[in-house]
Amino acid sequence: MSYFRAENISLHFGGLKAVDAVSFAVEKGEILSIIGPNGAGKSSIFNLISRIYTPTAGKLFFEDQDITELPAYGIAKLGIARTFQNIELFENATVLNNLLVGRHRHSTTQLWQELLFLPSVRANEKAHRRRVEQVIEFLDLEPYRDTLISGLPYGVRKVIEIARALCSEPKLILLDEPSSGLNVEETDDMSFWIRDMKSELGITVVMVEHDMTLVSRVSDRVIALNYGRVLAMGAPADVQGHPDVVAAYLGA
Amino acid sequence: MRFLFKTDYEDDIRLFPHSGYVWSYGTLFVLLAIAPFVLSSYLVSQFVFVCIYATVGVALLILTGFTGQASLGHAAFLAIGAYTAAYLQQFNVPFPVYFLAAGLLTGVIGAIVGFPALRLQGIYLVIATISFALIVEEILARWESVTHGNEGMRVKAIQFLGIQIPRDSPTFYFMCLALLVLTIVGSLNLLRSPTGRAFIAIRDSETAARSMGINVSLYKVKSFAISAAITGFAGVMFAHKLSFISPEMFTLQLSIEFIIVILIGGTFSLHGAVLGAIFIVMIDPFLTYLKDDMPGIIGGLAATLGAGSERAMHIQDSVAAFASANGLKGAIYGVIIVLFVLFEPLGLYGRWLKIKLFFQLFPLYKRATFKRQKIYVKSERNR
Repeated sequence: MSYFRAENISLHFGGLKAVDAVSFAVEKGEILSIIGPNGAGKSSIFNLISRIYTPTAGKLFFEDQDITELPAYGIAKLGIARTFQNIELFENATVLNNLLVGRHRHSTTQLWQELLFLPSVRANEKAHRRRVEQVIEFLDLEPYRDTLISGLPYGVRKVIEIARALCSEPKLILLDEPSSGLNVEETDDMSFWIRDMKSELGITVVMVEHDMTLVSRVSDRVIALNYGRVLAMGAPADVQGHPDVVAAYLGA
Repeated sequence: MRFLFKTDYEDDIRLFPHSGYVWSYGTLFVLLAIAPFVLSSYLVSQFVFVCIYATVGVALLILTGFTGQASLGHAAFLAIGAYTAAYLQQFNVPFPVYFLAAGLLTGVIGAIVGFPALRLQGIYLVIATISFALIVEEILARWESVTHGNEGMRVKAIQFLGIQIPRDSPTFYFMCLALLVLTIVGSLNLLRSPTGRAFIAIRDSETAARSMGINVSLYKVKSFAISAAITGFAGVMFAHKLSFISPEMFTLQLSIEFIIVILIGGTFSLHGAVLGAIFIVMIDPFLTYLKDDMPGIIGGLAATLGAGSERAMHIQDSVAAFASANGLKGAIYGVIIVLFVLFEPLGLYGRWLKIKLFFQLFPLYKRATFKRQKIYVKSERNR
């Protein structure tokens, strides 16, 4: 069985079919890209998986478990982390606190223990801090530990959002347009990091992306969407050359 | 300027980041410890009110400042704490028991209020909490078998281990101070652990909080419960300090005073609660001064400036009429809130930080350091 599976998921807003009976599977350890013109339903699929939206129909499976009925935080607890297209960081907190929130799914301490800050809480905090430091090192975020998010430039915020997702030690990470708003060098870095996520951290990656260079450099497989439907699926070169995809982007 | 070289993860967790903190807080502690033996009983009494207001301020900061859930119902929580104490005291329940019971009951009621609040945001939540406060006020006035209605209730002095602790004794002051210090330490502990970070996450982006595995509803209810429980504890001390409680003491104006405490002090740090409490407690003597002395001073001033004695009397009378006008307090509160929101959104503690930074960086302080930025990249789509 596949690692992650979407079976005929749909999302309808009244008469508008944002996602229309889309099925796909993600294998463990692969990088899957979802491409498509604006409004094709790419981000909607992410929002369905992370349960910001509730699917109108269809089912989602992760590690052979039906996750269609789980609440948003339950999805995250299973090890599915995500980033957002329009950066959703905790603006008035430091970078460190943002990343530590990413550790939330691993926190085991009880409220009363935290009120007293018992040694067990202290030990836990240090362990979290150590894990966060590894992510900081992985993504070269050392200069920003104690800076407030509101004072940081866009490119850095983008990386911090990925860092926050990585701090939760996810099994599956959903990257929503990781390169949007980044310059050429930053996009280069991003492509290395995405490949390292797969090879070094063993994380399965699903990403929505518009930058075809990045897509073809990192992806194992590509899905092309238009009007909420799957147009093509397969190796990056095949999908980009697929007549329907070309027609969707350029007009027939 | 001091540079901190962090060599251990402990450096990020410590409550006192460096020795300077230990010295300044140590000095403050010593001063507070000798205060009741040095200062006049009036000032000590004011200190007690500062402690109580600051405790409620910290509670409100947890809910409003850190979890982002506004509340205009904290006077009701205070009332529930106070009335629980007064009610249980009638049956000779020992102080520690009814103290804990008051906090616990208020916490549970806070959690119950938190549930409907899950679906409300911003101004609607404020309206809901106001309604809650009005309901409680009405219940206190009508449930005469328990609360004695508008007659109010007498609260006897605290009996603890066979000793009586009068409301103006140093011991009572130390109890209030201890409650405040414990509240602050507990809150700081909370804020440096997962729960506190979850609160901050919910304040800044509920969507992101959810997708990081935070059960937003649970933590909102937790925040309400903690905030209410602390306010309940403060309510017990409040009841003992006043020695008499009646429903008209816990009106909307008191809730607004609590909001002013954190708004003026600064909503981003616990320091704000204390500074705001000092401010709000000191405003009463100021108003009394305004009432008693201002007319005479202005009248005298007018007389020396050459106005006829009749005219001076007239001026004095009109100033006196203004100073004792009904609702002057509320009007002044309103003006203060507006001025602070417009010109000092970070509050008194923010101002203090700015002054401190000015001297730390002297002469390199940049005027735009704390300038408010407009944030353009903020999505409201995924609410």
